[in-house]
Amino acid sequence: MLSIENVTSAYGRIEVLHGVTLHVEVGEIVTLIGANGAGKTTLLHAISGVQPITGGTIKFAGMPIEKRPAHARVAFGISQVPEGRQLFAPLSVKDNLRLGAWLRRGADLKSDIARICALFPMLESMWEKPAGALSGGQQQMLAIGRALMAKPRLLLLDEPSMGLAPNMVDHVLSVIRALKDDGLTILLVEQNAPAALAIADRAYVLETGRVALSGTAADIKADRRVREAYLGL
Amino acid sequence: MAELLQFVSSGLTVGAIYALVGLGFTLIYKASDIINFAQGEFVMLGGMMTVFVAMADVPLPVAALIAAIVTAGVGLALHRFAIEPARGASPVVLIMITIGASIFLRGIAQIVFDKRFHSLPPLFGSDPIQFGGAAILPQSLAVLGGAAFIVILLWLFIERTLLGKAVIATSANRLAARLIGIDTRQIVDFSFVVSAVIGAIAGILITPIALTSYDVGTLLALKGFAAAMLGGIGSAPGAVVGGLLLGMIEAMTAGYLSSNYKDAVAFLIILIVLIAIPQGLFGRAKIERV
Ligand SMILES: Nc1ncnc2c1ncn2[C@@H]1O[C@H](COP(=O)(O)OP(=O)(O)OP(=O)(O)O)[C@@H](O)[C@H]1O
Ligand SMILES: [Mg+2]
Repeated sequence: MLSIENVTSAYGRIEVLHGVTLHVEVGEIVTLIGANGAGKTTLLHAISGVQPITGGTIKFAGMPIEKRPAHARVAFGISQVPEGRQLFAPLSVKDNLRLGAWLRRGADLKSDIARICALFPMLESMWEKPAGALSGGQQQMLAIGRALMAKPRLLLLDEPSMGLAPNMVDHVLSVIRALKDDGLTILLVEQNAPAALAIADRAYVLETGRVALSGTAADIKADRRVREAYLGL
Repeated sequence: MAELLQFVSSGLTVGAIYALVGLGFTLIYKASDIINFAQGEFVMLGGMMTVFVAMADVPLPVAALIAAIVTAGVGLALHRFAIEPARGASPVVLIMITIGASIFLRGIAQIVFDKRFHSLPPLFGSDPIQFGGAAILPQSLAVLGGAAFIVILLWLFIERTLLGKAVIATSANRLAARLIGIDTRQIVDFSFVVSAVIGAIAGILITPIALTSYDVGTLLALKGFAAAMLGGIGSAPGAVVGGLLLGMIEAMTAGYLSSNYKDAVAFLIILIVLIAIPQGLFGRAKIERV
C-alpha cells in the first residue's frame, strides 16, 4: 500500500534521511523504532507531504505521490496523528473532530462521530471543551479521533504513547489493534519499542537516517542488538 | 455636555475606521503570522476607486461594489505574487515586502488616479442630526452601522462556519492544519481577500467625511496597526476595542487640547499601555499547554 524508496530529506543543508526504503502492505501494522533524532518524525512528515524530500520516491497504492501537496495526500487516504498531538487548542473537541473531516465537509458526519465516541467514550463528556484543556491521554484520543475523521486507508502514528500513564498506553495500543482488525493499515512510530513490537506485524529500526534492520516483529524482538539498544534486556 | 457628545461621536466614527483597519491586520496575522502594512492601501483603493468609477457616471452603489471587488483582487494578487513566493522568509522580510507593496500601490494610484483630494456624497444626505446639542453627521451613523455590520458578520463567520474554524485552526497550528488536509495557502488567500474587502468598505464609508487621496493609506495603516496592538495583536475583539479607543483618545485630545497633538497623544497612550501590558488589552499571555 505504501512503498518508499531511497528517500532523502534535509533541513537546510543538513541531510537527516540518507536513503530510506520501506514498505507497508494492506492490513499490516508496521512499526518504525529508533532513538531520539533518528529521523522518524521527518520520515512521517515526508510521507504526509509537510516535509520536502530531496530524492527518492513515495508510492501510495502504486501511485507516485511525492510531488503531490499535503492536502492531496490526505484526500488519497493518508492521515497522520502527529508527534505531540498538535491539536487545535482553542477549538472545542467537537470542532477538532469536524475539522478532521475537512476534505469531506458537507458529508453527513453523524456516523463517523458516533464511531469515534464509541472508540473513546471519555471524549463525549468533554464535547464543548477547548482541546487545550484536555489531559494528555484525552488529547491523544482526540488526536487519533481527528485523524480517523478523514476516513484514511493508511494511518501514520507518531509516538502515540509518549507522555502517557501506563494504563493509558495500554488503552491506546488496544485501540490501534482494534483499528487494524477493522481493516486499517498502520505505520506506527515509537520509542517505546516493547509496546510497539507487541502489536506490530513487521518492524524497521531507523538509525541516524538509515534503516539499520528490518524484519517480522518476532525476529526484531529476538535480535541481540535490538534487545540491548531498544528493549533494555 | 453637548461638546463632549460631539467629540464622542467624531471619536467613534474615526475609531470605527481604525477598528476595521485593525481587523484587517488581525485576520491576515491570524491566518499567516504576517503583519500586512499594505492594509491602509486597501482603504485608499476602496475610496479612490469608488470616486473615479462614479465619475464615469456609474451609480454610486455599483461604483462601490466595483471598488470592493477590484480591491479584493489586489489583496489576492498581493498574497499570490508578493508574499507567497517569499514563503519561509523571516517575518522581517515579509513585513518589508508588505511595506514595499504599499509604496508600489501608492505609486500606481498616483498615476492611475491623481494627487488631489476627493470626496463622495454621503449615503443619507448631509443635514446634521441634532442630538443632545451635538450635531451628528448622518454619514457618521453610516460608518458606525457599517462597521458594526462587518464585525458581526465576521464574528458569525468565525463562530458558525467550518471555513471560519479552518481559519482558526490554521492560525492555532499550521502543521496540524496541513496534516488534516486544509490547503493553508488557500486560507491565507482568503484572509487577504476578506481583509482587502473590509479595508475597501472602510475607505468607501469614510470618504464622505474625511476625504481621500492616493496617500491616505500610510497613516491609516499605522493607526490600524496601533489599534490592533493596543487591543492585543491577533485578537479580533481587541482590534475593535483598540480602534474605538484610539479614535476616542484622538477626538478628546483634538477637542480639549489641540488637534496638533492628537496623533502624538494617541501614540503616547498606546506606548504607556503596551509598556504596562505588553500583550495588549485583549491579548492572551501564552499559557497554552502542549
Ligand atoms: N525543524 C528542524 N530543523 C532542523 N533540524 C531538525 C528539525 N527537525 C528535526 N531536525 C533534526 O533532524 C534529525 C531527525 O529528527 P526527527 O525529529 O525526525 O527525529 P525523531 O526520530 O522523530 O526523534 P524523536 O524520537 O526525538 O521524535 C535530528 O537530528 C533533528 O535534530
Ligand atoms: Mg519524532
